[in-house]
Amino acid sequence: MPKVQFTPHLQRFVDCPPSEVTGDTVRGVLEAVFAQNPRLRGYILDDQNRLRRHVVVFVNGEPVHDREQLSDAVQASTEVFVMQALSGGGA
Amino acid sequence: MGNRILVATRKGLFLLDRKSASENAWNISAPAFLGSPVTMAFSDPRDGSLYAALNLGHFATKLHHSSDGGKTWQERAVPVYPPQPENLPKPENEFAKVAPWSLAQVWALESDGGAQAGGLWAGTIPGGLFHSCDGGQSWQMIRSLWDRPERNQWFGGGYDYPGIHSICVDPRNTRHVTVGVSCGGAWSTQDGGENWVCTAKGMRAEFMPPDRQYDPNIQDPHRLVQCQASPDVLWVQHHNGIFRSADRAASWTEIAEVKPSVFGFAVAVHPKDPKTAWFAPAVKDEFRLPVDAQLVVTRTRDAGQSFETLRAGLPQEHSYHLVYRHCLDVDASGDRLVMGSTTGGLWTSVNQGDSWECVSQNLPPIYCVRFVDN
Repeated sequence: MPKVQFTPHLQRFVDCPPSEVTGDTVRGVLEAVFAQNPRLRGYILDDQNRLRRHVVVFVNGEPVHDREQLSDAVQASTEVFVMQALSGGGA
Repeated sequence: MGNRILVATRKGLFLLDRKSASENAWNISAPAFLGSPVTMAFSDPRDGSLYAALNLGHFATKLHHSSDGGKTWQERAVPVYPPQPENLPKPENEFAKVAPWSLAQVWALESDGGAQAGGLWAGTIPGGLFHSCDGGQSWQMIRSLWDRPERNQWFGGGYDYPGIHSICVDPRNTRHVTVGVSCGGAWSTQDGGENWVCTAKGMRAEFMPPDRQYDPNIQDPHRLVQCQASPDVLWVQHHNGIFRSADRAASWTEIAEVKPSVFGFAVAVHPKDPKTAWFAPAVKDEFRLPVDAQLVVTRTRDAGQSFETLRAGLPQEHSYHLVYRHCLDVDASGDRLVMGSTTGGLWTSVNQGDSWECVSQNLPPIYCVRFVDN
């Protein structure tokens, strides 16, 4: 099953352990995570369900291409990392 | 009255408690949300609940609630914008950009004035107004304001997008609410938010071409406040001046020639005396610094016919503090004031601003100060 992990910086605000979920797109696996952890959604996606501006998702080490629909494909062995971009740290 | 102050800063929320009834001295708590920007704080007088709006940068806006005076906090819901239509109309003026339908910041948080605790109004960037009946556990967008066609002319003032920074609820009739929008003027409802009219007639926008300077819909009131005892009277610190209304915002009168400057962000009105108001002036516009590097507060007691410049206890040389729009507050008695700056300075007064005591010059940049009046 695909594995989803979150930056430790997010753990400071909301419990988000690594999880293995079903899904064949980035959208699919994130929705599976949010189904178990609804509070996490607003930290990652904006009100239009797009990836937040200063959040980056890596699929097997490559940044996702489709930040709006999150349609990048995911296989059973895929590792998905949700990270914060350095661009959001200005405060 | 005025024995506790909420101080929302770039690095957390501080709670200040007065050391004793007779002193103008304060104990400063260790901050809640250490390291996180807190953009708005609010105390619900109906049950003593505290609310803090955080802007986490990467992870966006969050709302927290405390039912034990700030000892512990629980996350609550934030206002969420509805699905964005595909073909939004192009903005109708050269300053405006299409505002994304997504919460950027909670910029105002007020009681809805009803008997039930947890009835709240929230003003936001990019310009949506929301209401909650349950202390922020859920929010409803006021579509009647969001869907106004005039909103297509609103634009950001110092931010990329417009925002609602002031919400005034008429204590005589809680269905009468007036909001201040930068840059979108002032809007009022008489029926709890079902219908709205633009109520900024008389405001003047120096930053617009001459034939549009009095257009009510593009005005930039930085902060809008209402006298609680005389709610027909409201005051505005505007981008280029001071304005006062005595007819429930139906019309505004400009108060010109105010020394040392008509520019600033904050205004506070005496809760019992509609003729008394305080301002934190700065060199206008692109400079935004204390005039002559002297931090002062101005006060009028005659509805703007004259002003006093108050400086006792405030730094009078090499002072570059700037007071943002939510950083000047007066308590329910009208005697006690608190003021915070972008450079971490915090001052209080117990005599309507005649003199000030410095609480700290070392806090993080301050975004909002509020007395807890319960």
